Amino acid sequence: MRFLFKTNYRQDVRLFKHNGQRFWYSLLLAGVLLAPLLMDEFYLGELALVYIYAIAGIGLMLLVGYTGLVSLGHAAFLAIGAYSHTWFLAHGWPFPLALLKASLITALVGAIVGLPAMRMTGIYLAIATLAFAVIVEQVIVHWESVTGGFRGMLVPQAQFLGLDLSGSTAFYFLCLFILLICLLLALNILRSPTGRAMTAVRDSEISAQSMGIHLARTKSIAFAISAGFTGLAGGLLAHKMGYLAPDAFTILISIQLLLMVVVGGLGSLHGVIYGAIFIGLLPQGIALMRDYLPPAVSQIPGLEPGIFGFIMILFLIYEPLGIYGRWLKIRQYFELFPLYRKSTHKRQKSYLRTERMR
Amino acid sequence: MEVLQLLISGISQGCVYGLIALGFVLIYKATEMVNFAQGDMMMLGAFIAYTFINILGFPFIWGLLATIAAMALVGVLIERIILRPMIGEPPFAVLMITIGLGFILRAVAGAVWGNDPKSITSPLAGGVVRFGDVAVGYENIAIIVGTILLCLALYLFFRFTRLGVAMQAASQNQLAAYYCGIPVKRVFSIIWALSAAIAATAGVLVAPITLIDPLMGFVGIKAFAAAIVGGFGSLQGAMAGGLLIGIVEQFAGLYLPTGFSDTSAYVILLLMLFVRPEGIFATMQKKKV
Repeated sequence: MRFLFKTNYRQDVRLFKHNGQRFWYSLLLAGVLLAPLLMDEFYLGELALVYIYAIAGIGLMLLVGYTGLVSLGHAAFLAIGAYSHTWFLAHGWPFPLALLKASLITALVGAIVGLPAMRMTGIYLAIATLAFAVIVEQVIVHWESVTGGFRGMLVPQAQFLGLDLSGSTAFYFLCLFILLICLLLALNILRSPTGRAMTAVRDSEISAQSMGIHLARTKSIAFAISAGFTGLAGGLLAHKMGYLAPDAFTILISIQLLLMVVVGGLGSLHGVIYGAIFIGLLPQGIALMRDYLPPAVSQIPGLEPGIFGFIMILFLIYEPLGIYGRWLKIRQYFELFPLYRKSTHKRQKSYLRTERMR
Repeated sequence: MEVLQLLISGISQGCVYGLIALGFVLIYKATEMVNFAQGDMMMLGAFIAYTFINILGFPFIWGLLATIAAMALVGVLIERIILRPMIGEPPFAVLMITIGLGFILRAVAGAVWGNDPKSITSPLAGGVVRFGDVAVGYENIAIIVGTILLCLALYLFFRFTRLGVAMQAASQNQLAAYYCGIPVKRVFSIIWALSAAIAATAGVLVAPITLIDPLMGFVGIKAFAAAIVGGFGSLQGAMAGGLLIGIVEQFAGLYLPTGFSDTSAYVILLLMLFVRPEGIFATMQKKKV
């Protein structure tokens, strides 16, 4: 077991806590950089999709995992990012500027959605964001002059300084690069006062308020940041899809994103990556499984969402901390061997007392 | 006359929303859990009724009763298997788990009954009552009357029976209720059975108007909006919210451009959350330290 001897407050905000982490993360970075040499085009495309999911997941994790605000409407932010990015590209903006503007617009919308979040918590907020997502879907369908309505919208090829970014290897590196920037941004946000305020709001609104944290502002900022990341992912996703249609951004996508952060592990950026890998590879796994099942079972409509739901239930009952939480437990088991006790991680139950008076 | 006709169909649609919202509110009132799969439970109820009445050939009334019994059993099973381990977990986790449950129910219904729309043969089909120029179908009347009866029964149940009061106590403070000798866990099972039975009734009442298919449960989201507009945790609020949304939807469909009818429920919901987040019949108070 490793003991960190802290002699300086700055050690608390360091990105890498010790040299072991530095070693393993550089190994991982080398691995993903060399991946195009080892994988064929199809899996490279799937990996790029995993990165896009991860970017959206960072956004949702900042909101759900770190600020404690549940959103059932993140597909709407994804859609706004995708459509505005495509619109800017189609009107002649260069690729990076279009992506940046799409992200900023989504962040702005997010801030506006976040304003009423001041007055709502928990389930109310989840439903409000759900309502917002439904309204955005209808707006996309009916605002034909911008979005093309049901006809949809063709996404122009991604180009930058004469470089074609639409090839699978180029697109892979583009997504990887943006994901790394987003991760760094998220890490920096989380160790800044804003990020600490978000965590404080999650843990107890009342005590955060008494420490001088402006609740409404913090929540609104959290929504804006979250939406910004998700909009960025939406812009990239537009290129991945090639053609935008309103039915690509349904509530199912919102729930899939939420499933991603829950399965990965709430309250950690590692969890986002694990969740993104899980979500990205699950359809492949189900497709593989279909070959081995009798046709009567494998042809069931809605089998995929059913399996999603089943896995979500299993995780929530047996491992609410997600894949990352399970990994931490396994690691601790070996670090403490043979002294590991199961009750170390016993969940504390909190029995409900309502605020309802009738 | 057009207005009156719209009003009637709005009320009957609103009653459907209200019925599903009642299921939400019941579970919330007693267990402080939010059951996102309520719409899908209604779907399952409709399919079970279809099985009893159309496939096994039960008379309508017996089919309805058998459906209610079967769904009550399903409700207990769901509570025992999935939600019992979640007692004491954060509300967010419970919300997610019921969302997952909805997905599973949809997949199961698709696997067992297929995706083609079905309809239940009902003795009420086709009949129309005329009040002057306004024509009202028997099935609409059945929905309205059924809703009123159910509401009355529930109100009396929560107001006057020991079990009803025990349920309210269990919801307000689980530990204290436990100390008072209320079997909190058994109460939870009963409330899920009750709520599933109401969902089944709603499903059978709706079936003649909308066909049955695995996706009919999505109407539950609108019903959820209704429950919140009415003030979550209030039975009369759920009905009021359902009626409001049902009526506004009908009028928006006629007088406003396309697209407004589908979104009007959510627009009302957002407006409500902006103006009066606690709903029409407020049951919440601001949290104090």
